[in-house]
Amino acid sequence: MPTVSVKRDLLFQALGRTYTNEEFDELCFEFGLELDEITSEKEIISKEQGNKKAQGASDVVLYKIDVPANRYDLLCLEGLVRGLQVFKERIKAPVYKRVTPNGEIQKLIITEETAKIRPYAVAAVLRNIKFTKDRYDSFIELQEKLHQNICRKRALVAIGTHDLDTLSGPFTYTAKRPSDIKFKPLNKTKEYTACELMNMYKTDNHLKHYLHIIENKPLYPVIYDSNGVILSMPPIINGNHSKITVNTRNVFIECTGTDFTKELAYRKEIVRADLINKKVGIRETPENIAKLLTRMHLKSEVIGDGNQIEIEIPPTRADIIHACDIVEDAAIAYGYNNIQLALPKTYTIANQFPLNKLTELLRYDMAAAGFTEALTFALCSQEDIADKLGLDISATKAVHISNPKTAEFQVARTTLLPGLLKTIAANRKMPLPLKLFEISDIVVKDSSRDVGARNHRHLCAVYYNRNPGFEIIHGLLDRIMQLLSVPPREKKGGYVIKASEGPAFFPGRCAEIFARGQSIGKLGVLHPDVITKFELTMPCSSLEINIEPFL
Amino acid sequence: MADGPVAEVLLRQLAAADGGLDSAELAAKLGVEHQAVVGAVKSLQALGEIIEAELRSTKRWELTAEGEEIAQEGSHEARVFHSIPPKGLAQSELMRLPSGKVGFSKAMSNKWIRVDKSAADGPRVFRVADSVEDEVQRRLQLVQGGQAEKLGEKERSELRKRKLLTEVGSWRDRPFKPYNFLAHGVLPDSGHLHPLLKVRTQFRQIFLEMGFTEMPTDNYIESSFWNFDALFQPQQHPARDQHDTFFLRDPAEALQLPADYVQRVKRTHSQGGYGSQGYKYNWKLEEARKTVLRTHTTSASARALYRLAQKKPFTPAKYFSIDRVFRNETLDATHLAEFHQIEGVVADHGLTLGHLMGVLREFFTKLGITQLRFKPAYNPYTEPSMEVFSYHQGLKKWVEVGNSGLFRPEMLLPMGLPENVSVIAWGLSLERPTMIKYGINNIRELVGHKVNLQMVYDSPLCRLDADPGPPRTQGTA
Repeated sequence: MPTVSVKRDLLFQALGRTYTNEEFDELCFEFGLELDEITSEKEIISKEQGNKKAQGASDVVLYKIDVPANRYDLLCLEGLVRGLQVFKERIKAPVYKRVTPNGEIQKLIITEETAKIRPYAVAAVLRNIKFTKDRYDSFIELQEKLHQNICRKRALVAIGTHDLDTLSGPFTYTAKRPSDIKFKPLNKTKEYTACELMNMYKTDNHLKHYLHIIENKPLYPVIYDSNGVILSMPPIINGNHSKITVNTRNVFIECTGTDFTKELAYRKEIVRADLINKKVGIRETPENIAKLLTRMHLKSEVIGDGNQIEIEIPPTRADIIHACDIVEDAAIAYGYNNIQLALPKTYTIANQFPLNKLTELLRYDMAAAGFTEALTFALCSQEDIADKLGLDISATKAVHISNPKTAEFQVARTTLLPGLLKTIAANRKMPLPLKLFEISDIVVKDSSRDVGARNHRHLCAVYYNRNPGFEIIHGLLDRIMQLLSVPPREKKGGYVIKASEGPAFFPGRCAEIFARGQSIGKLGVLHPDVITKFELTMPCSSLEINIEPFL
Repeated sequence: MADGPVAEVLLRQLAAADGGLDSAELAAKLGVEHQAVVGAVKSLQALGEIIEAELRSTKRWELTAEGEEIAQEGSHEARVFHSIPPKGLAQSELMRLPSGKVGFSKAMSNKWIRVDKSAADGPRVFRVADSVEDEVQRRLQLVQGGQAEKLGEKERSELRKRKLLTEVGSWRDRPFKPYNFLAHGVLPDSGHLHPLLKVRTQFRQIFLEMGFTEMPTDNYIESSFWNFDALFQPQQHPARDQHDTFFLRDPAEALQLPADYVQRVKRTHSQGGYGSQGYKYNWKLEEARKTVLRTHTTSASARALYRLAQKKPFTPAKYFSIDRVFRNETLDATHLAEFHQIEGVVADHGLTLGHLMGVLREFFTKLGITQLRFKPAYNPYTEPSMEVFSYHQGLKKWVEVGNSGLFRPEMLLPMGLPENVSVIAWGLSLERPTMIKYGINNIRELVGHKVNLQMVYDSPLCRLDADPGPPRTQGTA
């Protein structure tokens, strides 16, 4: 959710009245905003860099306001004030229209070369405006907010703003080899080639995040004016030549992007008043509903048979794509907390998911048997499920994550054992013996499933003490089988353990568990190598079974 | 050392004694409390291999009132025997004697006497032997004389069964050191359930009490289709970014998707339909095929609703789930890459925002949360959407406790659900209420292998509606 930071006094001045913090918080809540923090520049710097650095910083009160991710029209002080004033019926929603200048219309020519890298561009001119320092800051800040949100960190769209009076149209949007682009970038005094720039910005904390968008492309996008002045190299940096200042009167805006779908046009929708009443659970007249919608920047009037409402959707409300979006705005204007609460008359019989029901029952009896429940991560490193257990990763059928930030998230676990051993390692100060269990899911590749992988519900238990305690883990297995009504015999649905081996176990101290005619897991004394690799020092025995055959 | 003098005497006596000493005898001899001798033994033992001690228990036996009488007068059977004259005695007369009933049957089984049933004036009892040995009396006299140990265990228990003998605890009249009732008892050995999963159990219970059926969620791996596209989340949505979602390298693509449904989803995204403008972009199947670790359990809700939509005619449903979800996020004290999501869903004709709020009120009341208010919010797949806030007494402010809304028609109609069916849904995390309940500040102490097992051992029952507040531990005080 984007956060907009505004100066409180400027906000109140624009709203035409002052509020206490509580009153303003209440107003935000009602409108679907959140007054997240009340702070100042001084406080922010002091918090991040210490009191010393904060000396001399401004202590003007700042409101940090969380704005819903779909409301791009509220991402600056001016937008917030407009939205709130219309909501409180203090002003009418403005109508936006394109005006033709007296002189010649500016043009932006798009060349074919851009097709392979960033094929779309649009441009506009803001004429005869007057910045103040605060308005200028807000303008720059809004551009940044749009970049971060709807523009998907410039990957989808990049916006450049320029002082039109320093340039001369028509403009050309083209793409060139990086070595052929050379200009003085924003706030630099020297010219650089595009290659040099990309290198230089690798260490720039702000710009380094955008380099990947064009970095490995043969051609870079670039915009020129008719004199060959470079306006910008989107989506990275503008030229210094056309930089806007507080004194700029005419702003040339260019947007380049990889998609072009939205149109800046007003649109009309007709929604029946009873649909809105029915979806919200209120009984308002169509006239009242039209009034409610108008307060949400959706100019509405009752038409036709008196039950239909015609709604004008401004280009600033691109989030409205369905009647349900209109229903929500009516409900917000009505006030969520004014809606009468009701209970649905839906009659249903509840059922538990059988696997979870069995799991719940078993958990209680595992604790009754003296074992303590652990809750470990489903994601882990390849090492945890393979190397540390003496296995090769290819033998595990594990699913692999393509974009882990650290090794902790390389794979989904194929066994619960590593998690329990790591739990013991983190709790070595606890008195012995440690008896732990977990009943949870593991994941393996399975081409019979639509997604190519599936979960299995495993039960794993470990006993960690000065002695290996195989008899304890074995006894636990007997108890589990008793709980599941599986008798100790090989045939007729019973269970049996048979000598086996596995790289994780001490030779001769491992058995495979067969129940209901299938292999369900293994138990045994862990191999000293396994114990050492999990940073443990005592012997340990373990048991791990799949409980799905007992459903 | 308080035991000093006793210990010293004890050592001297031990050195002189042959074959050890009895602590009780020694205490009597020295004229000190038995406890003082025991204390001296314990402190000597604690020093290492200085003395050896073994625990012996002595038992004392004493006669019951009836036993005393028998030791004096002879057993009932002996008395019966002696009361029979050589010419015999009528059985009816014998039975009237004080020892008659008990003595008769015992004397019979000892074969001391016999009954002649053919006698003229009714059954008559005769002696069989000339004299008898009254073993019972002899044994009781031994006990009386303090020689109970001369009797075998079997003999003693026989006498005890006849209520002639009782065992006397030697500690009955002894003085003891008073207990310190301020000290703690010894906790029983036991296993423990994990606090987060105890809270999970309670949430399951609440849903079941409210008539909600549990959805299957045992598939951590999901296709982007079910995780995003089916929920009408556009393919360029930031949540689908590599920075937020774990994608899989192997298996990288889902093998099957429901073809017809995929077409309807594609059309709704790219061209609109069902009353929607759509997102107007080039929807790509490759993108939908990409496998992910599910980022929410709403993917499981989507599958459940799709299955519901295939059942004709439509039957209303209430569903819930609580399971793990995964986010490729930056980790901190309150965020992990995996957490549990709680989700509730109701599908029926004509459900309203008021119904959603009504269900939420009931749900949160069961959690012990009664002060609620609702804030407009934005969720990609619900519209209208509302965040649920509750007043936190401790923090003295409104805090978000859940997120909710009506699923968008663009999500429901392509599934094949009837147009007038609304689906209300809400969700919250399991970790947050658990951390508040148990007063835990760092999520790593609760979830994952770095859990503090002592915390698990010590955690109380989870009673959400009778919440006494988080325990006051050092961390939260």
